[in-house]
Amino acid sequence: MQRYSALALIKQSLNGHKGWKPQWRDPEPKSSYDVIIIGGGGHGLGAAYYLAKKHGIRNVAVLEKGWIGGGNTGRNTTIIRSNYLFDESAALYDHALQMWEGLSQDLNYNVMFSQRGVLMVAHNVHDEQSFKRHVYANRLNGVDNEWLTPEQAKAFCPPLNIAPGMRHAVTGAALQRRAGTARHDAVAWGYARGADALGVDIIQNCEVTGIERDATGRVTGVQTTRGRIGARKIGVSAAGSTSLVMEMAGLRMPLESYPLQALVSEPVKPIFPCVVMSNTIHAYISQSDKGELVIGAGTDSYVSYSQRGALHIPMHTLEAICELFPIFRRMRMMRNWGGIVDVTPDRSPILGKTPVPGLYVNCGWGTGGFKATPGSADLLAYTIAKDEPHPINAPFNLERFGAGRLIDEAAAAAVAH
Amino acid sequence: MTQPYRLSAGGRIDRARTLTFSFDGKRYTGHPGDTLASALLANGVHLVGRSFKYHRPRGILTAGGEEPNALVGVGRDDAHFTPNLRATQVELYDGLTSESQNRAPSLERDYGAINDVFWRFFPAGFYYKTFMWPRKAWTKFFEPRIREMAGLGRSPQTPDAARYAQRFAHCDVLVVGAGPAGLAAALAAAKTGARVILCDEQSEAGGSLLAEPDAQIDGLPAAEWLKTALAQLAAYPQVKLLTRTTAFGYFPHNMIGLAQALTDHEGERSDAQPRGRLWQVRAKRVVIAAGAIERPLVFPDNDRPGIMLAEAARIYLERYGVLPGRRALIFTAHDGAYRTALALHRAGCAIAGIVDLRPNAGGPWVAAAQKAGLAIYPASTIATTDGRLRITGATIKPIAGGSGQRVSCDTLLMSGGFTPSVHLFSQSRGKLVFDATLDAFLPGAPAEACSVAGSAAGVPSLAEVLASGAEAGAAAAGGSAVSYQVTNAPVAQGGFIGAVPYHGDPGSVRAFLDYQNDVTAKDIALAMREGMKSVEHVKRFTTNGMATDQGKLSNMNALGIMSPVLGKPVPAIGTTTFRMPYTPVPFGYFAGYARGELFEPERRTAIHSWAEAQGAVFEDVSLWKRARYFPRGSEDMHKAVARECRAVRNGVGIFDASTLGKIEVVGPDAAEFLNRMYINAWTKLQPGKLRYGILLREDGFVIDDGVIGRITDTRFHVTTTTGGAARVLTMMEDYLQTEFPELNVWLTSTTEQYAVIAVQGPMARKVVAPLITGADISAEALPHMSMVECKIAGVPARLFRVSFTGELGFEINVPADYGRAVWEALMASGKPYDITPYGTETMHVLRAEKGYIIVGQETDGTVTPDDVGYAGMIGKAKPDFVGKRALARKAFAEQTNRKQLVGLLTDDPTLVLDEGAHIVADPAQPKPMTMLGHITSSYWSETLGRSVALALLRDGRARTGEQLYVPLATGNARVSVVAPVFYDPEGTRLNG
Ligand SMILES: Cc1cc2nc3c(=O)[nH]c(=O)nc-3n(C[C@H](O)[C@H](O)[C@H](O)COP(=O)(O)OP(=O)(O)OC[C@H]3O[C@@H](n4cnc5c(N)ncnc54)[C@H](O)[C@@H]3O)c2cc1C
Repeated sequence: MQRYSALALIKQSLNGHKGWKPQWRDPEPKSSYDVIIIGGGGHGLGAAYYLAKKHGIRNVAVLEKGWIGGGNTGRNTTIIRSNYLFDESAALYDHALQMWEGLSQDLNYNVMFSQRGVLMVAHNVHDEQSFKRHVYANRLNGVDNEWLTPEQAKAFCPPLNIAPGMRHAVTGAALQRRAGTARHDAVAWGYARGADALGVDIIQNCEVTGIERDATGRVTGVQTTRGRIGARKIGVSAAGSTSLVMEMAGLRMPLESYPLQALVSEPVKPIFPCVVMSNTIHAYISQSDKGELVIGAGTDSYVSYSQRGALHIPMHTLEAICELFPIFRRMRMMRNWGGIVDVTPDRSPILGKTPVPGLYVNCGWGTGGFKATPGSADLLAYTIAKDEPHPINAPFNLERFGAGRLIDEAAAAAVAH
Repeated sequence: MTQPYRLSAGGRIDRARTLTFSFDGKRYTGHPGDTLASALLANGVHLVGRSFKYHRPRGILTAGGEEPNALVGVGRDDAHFTPNLRATQVELYDGLTSESQNRAPSLERDYGAINDVFWRFFPAGFYYKTFMWPRKAWTKFFEPRIREMAGLGRSPQTPDAARYAQRFAHCDVLVVGAGPAGLAAALAAAKTGARVILCDEQSEAGGSLLAEPDAQIDGLPAAEWLKTALAQLAAYPQVKLLTRTTAFGYFPHNMIGLAQALTDHEGERSDAQPRGRLWQVRAKRVVIAAGAIERPLVFPDNDRPGIMLAEAARIYLERYGVLPGRRALIFTAHDGAYRTALALHRAGCAIAGIVDLRPNAGGPWVAAAQKAGLAIYPASTIATTDGRLRITGATIKPIAGGSGQRVSCDTLLMSGGFTPSVHLFSQSRGKLVFDATLDAFLPGAPAEACSVAGSAAGVPSLAEVLASGAEAGAAAAGGSAVSYQVTNAPVAQGGFIGAVPYHGDPGSVRAFLDYQNDVTAKDIALAMREGMKSVEHVKRFTTNGMATDQGKLSNMNALGIMSPVLGKPVPAIGTTTFRMPYTPVPFGYFAGYARGELFEPERRTAIHSWAEAQGAVFEDVSLWKRARYFPRGSEDMHKAVARECRAVRNGVGIFDASTLGKIEVVGPDAAEFLNRMYINAWTKLQPGKLRYGILLREDGFVIDDGVIGRITDTRFHVTTTTGGAARVLTMMEDYLQTEFPELNVWLTSTTEQYAVIAVQGPMARKVVAPLITGADISAEALPHMSMVECKIAGVPARLFRVSFTGELGFEINVPADYGRAVWEALMASGKPYDITPYGTETMHVLRAEKGYIIVGQETDGTVTPDDVGYAGMIGKAKPDFVGKRALARKAFAEQTNRKQLVGLLTDDPTLVLDEGAHIVADPAQPKPMTMLGHITSSYWSETLGRSVALALLRDGRARTGEQLYVPLATGNARVSVVAPVFYDPEGTRLNG
């Protein structure tokens, strides 16, 4: 792999940047692989990378129906945090957060992981009770999270409106300082480059249309728009399309797919230092390194596979943003978009084996799986390589819905980004 | 204060009035009808901005909403300031104050321009390859530097002073764009009597006709025809013309979002007028006549101030009476630029030459230029330009090669042809089809009831544009098209996409595609070299098309560069998806009226004003304001609550419970319906009796609770939690309509219809009884958990004997309009007993002493009835209820290690635990600790003279008597596990 560094950049600058190599090849699919990953988002590409890197399984292909990173990986608002309530979740997300902290160096690709802090503002007694419960649980789990008064919150985020006369006055906030954002495209590309260098084939414009199984039910390969490809094991990491892909193996998933919208303003000079989220008035905001205000909220109300939402959702989102930050009322929306998120009944992911031998699934990250990317990729690779889940993802099995062992993060905090 | 580049006649400006404005502190003049851009050009100002990355000096490039360079901040003060406005769209008014952006200290001398010197080190995506070492340096050092360099204008720091409005509208035909195609469409539709809305983003309707001195329509000069067309439209009462109105988004089912600017053009208006209005228009049919956008040519140094699009220059000339310069060089692949050259020539601007990429351009405009003696360089290109803050010349070279020729000029006007505005059509999910002769994506099969007319559909000549508009309008409204006679409007043709051939080392030149983001042809090549083969990857890697014009000027040129390199035709590479908004729309438009009090309705009970007058402190509970406590004198919450608690336990208290949700469940199958919804059994509940009900979700977890009264055999009075009222009604309706349609039941929300007053305490009956007529409320006649219909203070009431405090209590439901009167009657009746109003905080303490749960506090969506000790309430004989099947699941059936409701007592009786704190067996264990549960409720109990807490604890009921620890910020508190009832466990006081 061609190493990236300031020095390499200077060298290339002097020869017109003609010496840069493709970050990943564009190979024709082979007739079969040891492992096929369906879905070239951050999770799928990362899983291929860790299969090759940590488990020595290099005869791997990632099949992507469009262009890599073009799903939710390239559409999300990149909030990364790990201050989840339940032990299982805290372990899962903090595993990812710890990996984020070294990801640029590991991949030799600057994914711009920016630990600028995520502030979750409380507006009433119920919010306070719920956030403090998080703070206490996180502390004992070794996850940083602290409680701030409105004045402390304002000091951390000067544009925050803490006027007591507000319709929903700010009564405090929970702050995770290690939390932040990252550059979504770079995550997909960095993993693709790393995986490719280890021999993984990244195959774009290759939609999986069928999953083949033998008489025992075990997977043997996939049908794709680029022909049949054999596989001993298949990992599905197809986010909003997971239910469609799993149906190809005869499995009905406990998933509903909803459009989730986000928007950005025109770029302005730095004004917003961190990420702010509000459950009660339902919106969140940060500022990208380009200067755009990045804004989002909850899903649309109806299930859909079309990456397009209804107007009233961004309207409500901006009502909330303008209420919390009246200085932004004159800022202008530059672009709005939607992605399809796969939502489980307990708002926690499904990461593990399936009833079909050789078929593994990673899905249900819903509105909040970008933050988990390195962790979930690592655990999916582990599960595929060992044919058994890692202790961290063991609780996130598919059987929990039947058994009733839910990990219901939504119950304690409505927004799950 | 002269305007040296203003012509003495011509254009649509009002020379009789002079307006004064400022740009970067310098004062200039202009006229009504000007934009900020045209007025600056009239004053000879081209340098108006600096680019994003290299801080290159930039001039006005366009005359419309696609402008990438001339972005300015406008506003008299910070509360009226908007950054990033396009000077080409800002209408001039007297006193307008504007400033340039992204430069320090000044436009002319900008430190950021150092980036331009070192541009070789900042190719596309350079940041992915560096700044990784040392690890912390990215967040702490590099990123802040990069962020400071990025961004264009500055955000206001003061809350916006303006107001905004919103409106819904329906129409038969919505026409987007009031150029010739849109006007013809609107006229044809209006003639049928259809309700028509015609909108245009510009200050005047007319589109290209506003700069059309030559053509005649139906024998009239274009400008005259425009007047008659507008007069005709104005005469139709059912036609609405909205100018300054951008159709910004196309949503499912023909819903179009319009953003109408109302006062920005008027300058210092009072803020009482709304600044803008967001329309949500539901149209039977939509005609998109949004025109086309001229493309720049991509050649080395094509970005100096003074370089402009050719059609834009012609608009400045014809519409605003402004010359872009004194000596213009034209560079084109389209005939339209010849027209510009001729018009400038006529107006007295020297033409340094017309450089045409095409070897043998022909047609009427070329012939006219030849006839006028203009120097034409066919099959030629521009190899470079010179000049720093303004172009001073350019080098022309034959494409075939050979020596270059430098010509001097102060203006360079270019045209790469036109890109149809298919944005809205594409947003509607209509398919785009690539037309290889036009090098353009054109609308194909529509996905919604819409059609596209005029140059937005790639239609070339004015005559055809009018015809296509008329046809689309007629078809949309079911009428017949009229035809128009057009003369003197020769068609202009041609076009080019990609980077023009230039000579020299491609590594050492920069030819800009995306001006604002400083994306060059080389960056596109680099992206492809690095393996980015999808147009989306190229876009994201280079940021091409991600600037505030969202690729309107750059997308096609990027495809033109990619196509030969990838060896794929343009349609095989695809285009990026168009997304709303078409041009940026202020947040305020979307937020509309929703601000402050109108952000979300504040719900107030009938007794609210009374509580307010008493100085109650309120808390938000969902949308309601609830009195939290009633401080007397200098009391803080703690003191007030202690006093209120004492009053209820020893005398009598009065509490406003009106916010509880109420649903009237009526019908022959009402009891059966409740059997299926709630865990409890309802069949045997007698009329006149109450029962506490628990509602689960399908997954078996408690979602709501409340007391339910049976009024008659077929009528139940259901109460819900305050926050759950709407959710429970929706859930009930959902089940009734989809699961149990056979049940004969009606549901009606009565939350607002009743005021509910709780009178609680040993003296409660003494207070209530004297006011009652029509019922005996003695302990024998009306025992705990029963109800009666009667009159109180002369008002019809449903009187519930029920208690959430553990004391003798009544909850009195009266029509809301009488709520305050009855409350005051009770206060008067209670005076001898020192009746004390209490708030939600006291209510919480009193119920916690009794171990009554609050849904949302003791439960969090993961709690079963058994977890909170309520398994006994389940109607065992019932065949089914919502959640029953889930409760049989393995995790519950095994019942091991579930968190159960317990009471906790601290060793230190004065210590009130923090709610949300967690419980461990060994506080010294390393992290992550094994947590056994958490505190759900914790209060100072005035009654018991010590603190009490409720908690959910693993295997809690089996741990009674155990000692555990609660790590707090202040240290580890030791607690003992007890039953979750601290007061009157036998319930004798309830039944008093
Ligand atoms: C608007 C929005 C905002 C969000 N904000 C946040 C946030 O702030 N923080 C956060 O943590 N998370 C956020 N999320 C969620 C986050 O984006 C996702 O959870 C995460 O990116 C999922 O990654 P992935 O790799 O699993 O999925 P994706 O990136 O969606 O990858 C799945 C891939 O599978 C491909 N695929 C599907 N079907 C097939 C097939 N049959 N054959 C081949 N390929 C197929 C798709 O094309 C896609 O590329 C947000 C999501 C959205 C939409």
